[in-house]
Amino acid sequence: MTARLVLGAAVVGVALAPLVAPTYHVLLMLPFMAYAVVLLGLNLLFGYAGLLSFGHALFIGIGAYAGAFLTGPLKVRSLEVILLAAGGLGALVAAPVAALCVRYVKIYFGMLTLAFGMVFYTFVLKFYRLTGGDEGLPFLRPALLGWSLEAMPKTDYLVGPYYYYSLAVLSVAALCMWRIVHSPFGLCLKTIRDNPAKAESLGIDVTRYRWLAFMLSAVYAAVGGALLGPPTGNVDPTLLYWTHSGNIVFMTLLGGFASFFGPVLGAFVFIYLQNWVMSVVPYWRLVFGAILAAIVIFAPGGLMGLAARRRRPMRVSGA
Amino acid sequence: MILRAEGLRKFYGKFCALDGVSLGVGAGEFVSIIGPNGAGKSTLINILTGVLRPSAGRVSFRGRDVGGIGPARLARLGMARSFQLVQIFPELTVLDTLQAAVVARLGRGTRLFASLARDRDVHAEALEVAELFGLGARRGVPARQLPQGDKKLLDVAAAFALRPHIILLDEPTSGVSTSDKTAIMEILVAASRRIGLQAIIQVEHDMDIVFAYSDRIIALHQGKVLADAPPAAIQADQRLIDTVIGRRVPSR
Repeated sequence: MTARLVLGAAVVGVALAPLVAPTYHVLLMLPFMAYAVVLLGLNLLFGYAGLLSFGHALFIGIGAYAGAFLTGPLKVRSLEVILLAAGGLGALVAAPVAALCVRYVKIYFGMLTLAFGMVFYTFVLKFYRLTGGDEGLPFLRPALLGWSLEAMPKTDYLVGPYYYYSLAVLSVAALCMWRIVHSPFGLCLKTIRDNPAKAESLGIDVTRYRWLAFMLSAVYAAVGGALLGPPTGNVDPTLLYWTHSGNIVFMTLLGGFASFFGPVLGAFVFIYLQNWVMSVVPYWRLVFGAILAAIVIFAPGGLMGLAARRRRPMRVSGA
Repeated sequence: MILRAEGLRKFYGKFCALDGVSLGVGAGEFVSIIGPNGAGKSTLINILTGVLRPSAGRVSFRGRDVGGIGPARLARLGMARSFQLVQIFPELTVLDTLQAAVVARLGRGTRLFASLARDRDVHAEALEVAELFGLGARRGVPARQLPQGDKKLLDVAAAFALRPHIILLDEPTSGVSTSDKTAIMEILVAASRRIGLQAIIQVEHDMDIVFAYSDRIIALHQGKVLADAPPAAIQADQRLIDTVIGRRVPSR
């Protein structure tokens, strides 16, 4: 019950933010919502199927570059088409990558995903004519639901229509993922995470389910990646770099992978924390490294884990 | 014959773990496999359940060659197993564990957007198996919090929830107190009748259990079948008992 109230309050808060919060903070919510979509997918693979990918920036990059190509050379401005194409392209690339990666587990899986991520990063960096190399490509302003909105000042566009469009995409993505993790498929993934040999003995085709989870997570990452483009108006190879994969893993751990909304909370805290730390010290990575170490040692369940730990004694005394 | 193995051989490098083992299990049979440590029991079970591929020989299940097809496909064909070291899903509740088995059996695992909570077939079947194994009252308890005996029962119950034709139990009463052993076996036998199980194969060290429940006993020694006979015939052969069990069994 409390959880529902908190969730409801959070949704209302996010929906009202453009009306009450300063523009600067509203703009920070845009990458938050894009990353939240990415992390819902990443956590299907990590929290529910037990596979930690260090290469998901690859799919963020695919989504972002798909948007840049479509809005630029291909002159497609519809964000609905862009998101569908991003998801489709993410799935297309993920199909063979996942087929190879899911045959391995633990560190081998992580290293393979990292390797694939770096292969694509290098490709994007070196094929200058196609990708613009290290300068990247412009991501032109997409039309929303058929409205071009070209004449609107950029900030008005971002904190108005684009903000609510992102919120709608995040809401739909969260609802779909909620259904997925509470489906028979979600249950099978949890059995695989907990004990693959036992799952196999029950007739669950472990490799196939892992592959499917990987595919879904790649589609989510690509859709989130496409949402990252419009706020900056540009995409570049750092989107595919391995430190970017590391960042989204950090967000997941920060929020707590054992909970459905943990990674979403992680994305929110990460973005505001990064913004604040960068404004006070020049070495934000140093501070973040220390925070990561502290989480792993003192709060392996992340912020959601801490919240649950605080709640539990109250439940016992109330019972 | 539901399950038949012919001339099974298995080498680990130069070591021969199984040396020409043949056996068959028919409908309505409860067969126990016995033998000292290193006799090849685990290798045999792992080949029969598709985990290992034999170096030579073949395994057929309901008339179909199943050598090395893998445990998942074998389970879907109707052969279930439990493990010597108890295998559970630590974070899943008793009910979810059994629901997972039912979902797998009904082939509903790839229903991405269906609500598990609203799947009455899956829920009812899982609950029925939980009740059958005396776990109904603990259906909401995560498996890791169960006492050892209940973990063992849950491991076996999940295999039963597949409603298989045949089940292979790898030491179903190991790690359980002597007083609980008979209780577990009684539950197993009652559950087998209830779900219409056709045959049970078990690997078991407790000779009281073996002699009390088996229709037939297969004695393995150094990778070979030393005897394949009803319990009375095995019990009567004192030399065989000495070789396979290493101690005398009190005559009943």
